[in-house]
Amino acid sequence: MSVTPAVNPVEPFLRTERMPHIWCPGCGIGTTVNCFSRALVDSKLPLDKVAVVSGIGCTGRVAGYVKLDSFHTTHGRAIPFATGLKLANPELNVVVYSGDGDLIAIGGNHFIHAARRNVDIKVICVNNFIYGMTGGQVAPTTPLGATATTSPYGCFEQPFNLPFLAESSGAVYVARWTAYHVRHIAHSMVEAFKKKGFAFIEILAPCPTLYQRRNKLGDGLETMRYYKQHSVIKNGASTRDLKLDLKGEITVGKFVDIERPALHETMDQRYREVLKERYSGWGGA
Amino acid sequence: MQSTAVRVRDAGANDRAANAGDSDVKWVTGNPRSVLTGAHFLDGDQAAAEGALAAGADFAAGYPITPSTEVVERFAARAPLVGATFLQMEDEMASSIAILGAAWGGAKSFTVTSGPGFSLMMEHIGLAAMTETPCVFVNVQRGGPSTGLPTLPGQGDMMQARWGSHGDYEIIALSPNSPQECFDLMIEAFNLSEQYRTPVMFMMDESVGHMTEKVVIPPADQIKIYPRRFTTLPPNEYLPFEPNGDGVPQMVKAGDGYRIHVTGLTHNERGYPALDWRSQKKLVNRLVGKIRDNAEQIEHCQEHLLEDADVVLVAYGITSRVALEAVQMARREGIHAGLLRPVVVWPFPEKRIRELASRAKALVVVEMNLGQMVHEVERCAGGTKTVLMPHAGGNVHEPEEILKVIREVAE
Repeated sequence: MSVTPAVNPVEPFLRTERMPHIWCPGCGIGTTVNCFSRALVDSKLPLDKVAVVSGIGCTGRVAGYVKLDSFHTTHGRAIPFATGLKLANPELNVVVYSGDGDLIAIGGNHFIHAARRNVDIKVICVNNFIYGMTGGQVAPTTPLGATATTSPYGCFEQPFNLPFLAESSGAVYVARWTAYHVRHIAHSMVEAFKKKGFAFIEILAPCPTLYQRRNKLGDGLETMRYYKQHSVIKNGASTRDLKLDLKGEITVGKFVDIERPALHETMDQRYREVLKERYSGWGGA
Repeated sequence: MQSTAVRVRDAGANDRAANAGDSDVKWVTGNPRSVLTGAHFLDGDQAAAEGALAAGADFAAGYPITPSTEVVERFAARAPLVGATFLQMEDEMASSIAILGAAWGGAKSFTVTSGPGFSLMMEHIGLAAMTETPCVFVNVQRGGPSTGLPTLPGQGDMMQARWGSHGDYEIIALSPNSPQECFDLMIEAFNLSEQYRTPVMFMMDESVGHMTEKVVIPPADQIKIYPRRFTTLPPNEYLPFEPNGDGVPQMVKAGDGYRIHVTGLTHNERGYPALDWRSQKKLVNRLVGKIRDNAEQIEHCQEHLLEDADVVLVAYGITSRVALEAVQMARREGIHAGLLRPVVVWPFPEKRIRELASRAKALVVVEMNLGQMVHEVERCAGGTKTVLMPHAGGNVHEPEEILKVIREVAE
């Protein structure tokens, strides 16, 4: 008698031969990948036309686990890689999937410029407030007072408010959720996939090994409970008001959802207007 | 250009299309839409842009930097007329990885810079080598280090071109000495990058970049293009990093249904991270081997009056033109001088230097730095006297100074 093992619905989206993954117990990154898989199902995107680009770090390993065309690039540079990929092959749905240190510290310049240009890419940022892969160093998202290995007496720098940064740089879609909000995350991802332009989703996620433990914030489960109790959904809230503290209320929701022509559209339109019949037309490489 | 009295032996590019090793490759010809056939008066930077277009480049990303900017200015103006894309990025890190993204999207791509920007691009030269991404990096060299001499020439980036990124790898580098060659060799650079799936360094210098000369662009059907090595295997049989007979794997592009994974981590044939010494040994040996083992096929030198040369000058780029002048002056004095000019500078033409050194009295290396390629020449000279004619940059050598050294070593 044979028993057919139960198949997890996200399995078809994963490179299961690469399991187990490297993420720690209680880490929130895997949860977001689960949401991403659900969003792919719900959005009905043709999977052969979805490409994932990651930088370096714990979240940077997402590209290695999804069964899609996937690129694990250099630290901070996932966005410009994705920009080249999208412009060369416009039929691709390009998703940048990386962490806060990668996208916002070393990659911060690319982040603001891609948002300004409105490159048609979807950026998913798992924010765990810390550098996980290298052992828990302070990040540009670390809340004031939080302890990290390189801020042993507590962080004394003001962190970035990522939704505010994204909106002021020009993103057409901005949302923030925590790893507790799995359905909201998947729903936001589906919405983001439909947007033409630079869409940004920040997902707050626990790093029990390095951030939660060092700051006495409990384990992964306790953090989920914390997210549940302290998150307030305020769709449409001003992104100015979204700063995060070590402890306290977490504002989540969808904050920006506007229309603005994407880079390839403004480029195409400009050439069409100026060059007229001399313009060769644009369709990528 | 060179005096017609000089017999030029030019081995390399033109023979490559007929090379037996490439028998399974169907070379194609240029796209008439992109090839600006005719005689033009162009500077080296502009000619390089035209060469890239003729080679089939359909994506470029760059960041302004003197003395290279005219390359991307030309490309930006021409791109929308010929179906290509140009994007000015926010910095050189972005430019140098946008071209890799574009390559995996199916484009033939390149970026352009000079010293400081080249330094910033190093990490992505390594990523391109590791992920075997065909692409071209143009470096219009200026005097350095640091900001150095933005508007004046140098040849101080030759070693950086080879090994500037961390880790162990090999690349290919070319060094044009005229606007015509900026056009011709750019096509060769793209072809080599496709054939060996490696980043190719196009090592110009400010003099060549800003010098204006006649550039003849042939009809598109006379331009030979090495097409991308796309696999013909179905997805379930294809391993993205499994090499062919010549050590080079076949490629796909994103969106073709192969669901590839590409990483800068040490990886196996499937493309998955494999972080152990055996995988490292296998991968890095192959990456280095596909260039080193094919060095003689890649080699491209120009030779002037070497048949009976007692004094062999070795020079590349703009310096080779000054060196040739000095050789001709020496000949008029009855000194048997000749010139070996590596056109492909990396891999280094070791074998040819060994042959020449074995019958020469001395080798004179003329370069616009305080001694870089001279170390390679010395290594191959087998004890034959090797003299460096250095120059810190900012100006080219005086032929008379070189002649003085030729006289000394000829005695």
